[in-house]
Amino acid sequence: MFDVLIIGGGVTGAAVARELSRYQASVCLLEKEGDVCCGTSKANSAIVHAGYDAKEGSLMAELNVKGNQRMESLAEELDIPFARNGSLVVCLEEEELPGLVELYHRGIANGVPGLRILDHGEALAMEPNLTEGVFAALYAPTAGIICPFQLTIALAENAVVNGVEFQFHTEVTEMIRIQEGYRVRTNRGDYTARCVVNAAGVYADKIHNMVSRKKLTIIARRGEYCLLDKKAGAHVSKTIFPLPGKYGKGILVAPTIHGNLILGPTAVDVEDKESTNTTRGGLEEVMGKAGLYVRELPLRQVITSFAGLRAHEEGHEFIIGEPGDAENFFDCAGIESPGLTSSPAIGEMVAEQIREKLHLCEKPDFMARRKGIHNLTELSLAERKTLIREKPEYGRIVCRCEMISEGEILDAIRRPLGAKSLDGVKRRTRAGAGRCQGGFCSPKVMELLARENGGDLMEVTKSGGDSRIVAGRNKDVL
Amino acid sequence: MRENCDFIKYETDDGKISERARKTYGVVIIGGGPAGLAAAVSAREAGIGSILVLERDRELGGILNQCIHNGFGLHTFKEELTGPEYAKKYIDRVKELGIEYRLNTMVVDISPRKVVTAMNRQEGLFELKAGAIILAMGCRERPRGALNIPGYRPAGIFSAGTAQRLVNMEGFLPGREVVILGSGDIGLIMARRMTLEGARVKVVAELMPYSGGLKRNIVQCLDDYGIPLKLSHTVVDIRGKERITGVTLAEVDGSGKPIPGTEENYDCDTLLLSVGLIPENELSCGLGVDLSPVTAGPRVNESLETNIEGVFACGNVLHVHDLVDFVSQEAEMAGRNAAEYILRGSEQMETGREVRLVPAAGVRYTVPETIRPDRMPEKLTVRFRSDSVYKNCYVSVYFNEERILHRKRPIVTPGEMENVVLGREQLFNYPDVETITLMVEEV
Repeated sequence: MFDVLIIGGGVTGAAVARELSRYQASVCLLEKEGDVCCGTSKANSAIVHAGYDAKEGSLMAELNVKGNQRMESLAEELDIPFARNGSLVVCLEEEELPGLVELYHRGIANGVPGLRILDHGEALAMEPNLTEGVFAALYAPTAGIICPFQLTIALAENAVVNGVEFQFHTEVTEMIRIQEGYRVRTNRGDYTARCVVNAAGVYADKIHNMVSRKKLTIIARRGEYCLLDKKAGAHVSKTIFPLPGKYGKGILVAPTIHGNLILGPTAVDVEDKESTNTTRGGLEEVMGKAGLYVRELPLRQVITSFAGLRAHEEGHEFIIGEPGDAENFFDCAGIESPGLTSSPAIGEMVAEQIREKLHLCEKPDFMARRKGIHNLTELSLAERKTLIREKPEYGRIVCRCEMISEGEILDAIRRPLGAKSLDGVKRRTRAGAGRCQGGFCSPKVMELLARENGGDLMEVTKSGGDSRIVAGRNKDVL
Repeated sequence: MRENCDFIKYETDDGKISERARKTYGVVIIGGGPAGLAAAVSAREAGIGSILVLERDRELGGILNQCIHNGFGLHTFKEELTGPEYAKKYIDRVKELGIEYRLNTMVVDISPRKVVTAMNRQEGLFELKAGAIILAMGCRERPRGALNIPGYRPAGIFSAGTAQRLVNMEGFLPGREVVILGSGDIGLIMARRMTLEGARVKVVAELMPYSGGLKRNIVQCLDDYGIPLKLSHTVVDIRGKERITGVTLAEVDGSGKPIPGTEENYDCDTLLLSVGLIPENELSCGLGVDLSPVTAGPRVNESLETNIEGVFACGNVLHVHDLVDFVSQEAEMAGRNAAEYILRGSEQMETGREVRLVPAAGVRYTVPETIRPDRMPEKLTVRFRSDSVYKNCYVSVYFNEERILHRKRPIVTPGEMENVVLGREQLFNYPDVETITLMVEEV
């Protein structure tokens, strides 16, 4: 029996796992996919929101601002890149100005520091590629950008190092209340635990409804994105939003932490909670609307497009903690934007509730710091020279677009919760995430994955499951 | 083999200024594919002793190594060779001539002062100084994202060249039921290869109303195997969450927009993309080389020299070629010119006037873009591609307003590179020429 069982290996589950790993408790995380960061966490705007959007006094507002504040030190501890590039919410008409002012006051009420309303001239001076049509803008200096993969993976890795167990390909099918806590039935056998954390993203309703009579409904709200080449990455320096609408924060234009430019998302509610497909209309909407407030977008430099699903709950509020009729069951439901931003604060909040409940004591040997995979491009020439001298595999470049060496890829495969698929390597190292999208490096990465796993190249997958890259050998059916 | 050193000052870890040797070479060639190899051979034959070829892959020959079909070398060697055979002829010559090369070596930076920074396992990160540099990095394939094809992102979607590497070099079959988007040469070649290896190629769809590949490849790779080519068609949806299970094709109108009601579903486990090649000029950009927005390759003069003196370009990094024979020809010229640049040394020749080449009606671009008549060889080949298919047309060359060439052509297509040859005499006979205009004229 575990003390705590966490369902879901997205950024929320990973943050809860990492915070719980501070305490003397047996913790296990169940994930239905083959890696962490495979659902909502993998496909979003990668933004650390300042916190002016959420309603005053809401849990969402509180955790957003708190998460934003925590991000700097967390990124430092986990050795992942994070930048406070600031954001601008722009309005195109004078009539929209009251909306901007309302956001400003909400931000002040939520405790967002440094907010300022800029007129047309000030906005364009700050961000020269805004269109002439921009009337005014709300500037939030504390907004930032981060890599959702790296954040989730780093939290999970750090949790593993501190003793949390991770089980993949494990899907929860049923939950039964037992005297000591819960019996959790999965496709790979039963687990029992004193406490259960529901961090199941778009499936948080399904998990919640297994134990609580107060039914929840999570709607999958799809958002489509376009990602542009690094050559376009400096087109804007801040994250540019339109005024928020009924379905969310609107289509943004932002640099990514890795130097690409991201456009999106759309917002469409979908029935199928796995429908992460893009659509012609969606991609056209993204490219069309982004052009309303940012001029001369180099749309020919799109290198990939993708879609993610937000876990939307009707009340548009985070639902965190025990539902009232299911003791020792802790929800983290309705975690849509600003969920990524809030994740450090959600992790702390849930871990604190469980610590109190189970009277957990701190672990004396908790290791807060994690060493990330080397980023060769960030090292000085002298540092690179030394590294290659010590470990020659860092001298062989595998991904030419992102300049990722064999050394980084091997590290990604060998470290705790190591990469098992091409996507796993890509999310940990960026090999294959560049302008050729794996055209050149995927056969080489496949070779490394096969070699490291002592297996066959035929077994290498794109993202686990039935996503094998090759179907057979030449002439095997002739 | 000559190998020299110069000495550079650098700051040591404890802040002291020290001096260390840095290797210098006459000509450094970035890329050991067909362009780089031919350039190296011709630079040596033109008298340059110290040459270094830097190759990022595990062997010389570049993309030819995975092109195991025949049809290479008809112009150069008057025989039909496979890609590796064609490459071997140049590799053997490079070895015979004792030209130095490094494998598994990635160039990370080139400075305008011609300092090349590169890395590999053995030497780590190192710098060397070049007298002249020849850019020969080749090109890469456009990925799916560049086309904004909607749908899922499952396994089983490959650029044609990646599939070619898996099949021809690793021996693995990417899939069994194949749809190919794009009728570029690699796509056509892979339609045949996949068929020969036991896969079923159901259809090749091409967005344009004409193929982007060579006519002979359409006949030998599609027609001979009964594979249908659907012109003016594209992929409008990709199905399958883990592995691809099917695609939807639709016909497109004149502006490339899908026509509703023309959708057709194809079940498949593989989608190959052969939707264009992009010269790989990231290093050139860092160096400050001017690029043409049309070719995405460097703008060059008659010597294939870029705007940075002593930096030359050839092969697919300059513009995407259809036949390797033309790559070799172009590269030989770059090698000769780099050699001449070095041998000329500090006594820079006065250059006289410069004539601009202007691509007009029907011509997308020309390589080179400018000609200094004083510097041009006796015969200069100007290469270009057309913007569409023209039948029974003329390729014309105008010196200022005067037409000096009017060549009848049964067909000109974007898939096949065209050329005209200009003579130095001709240009000397027209001392007032400022622009040379190329166009395709319909009858």
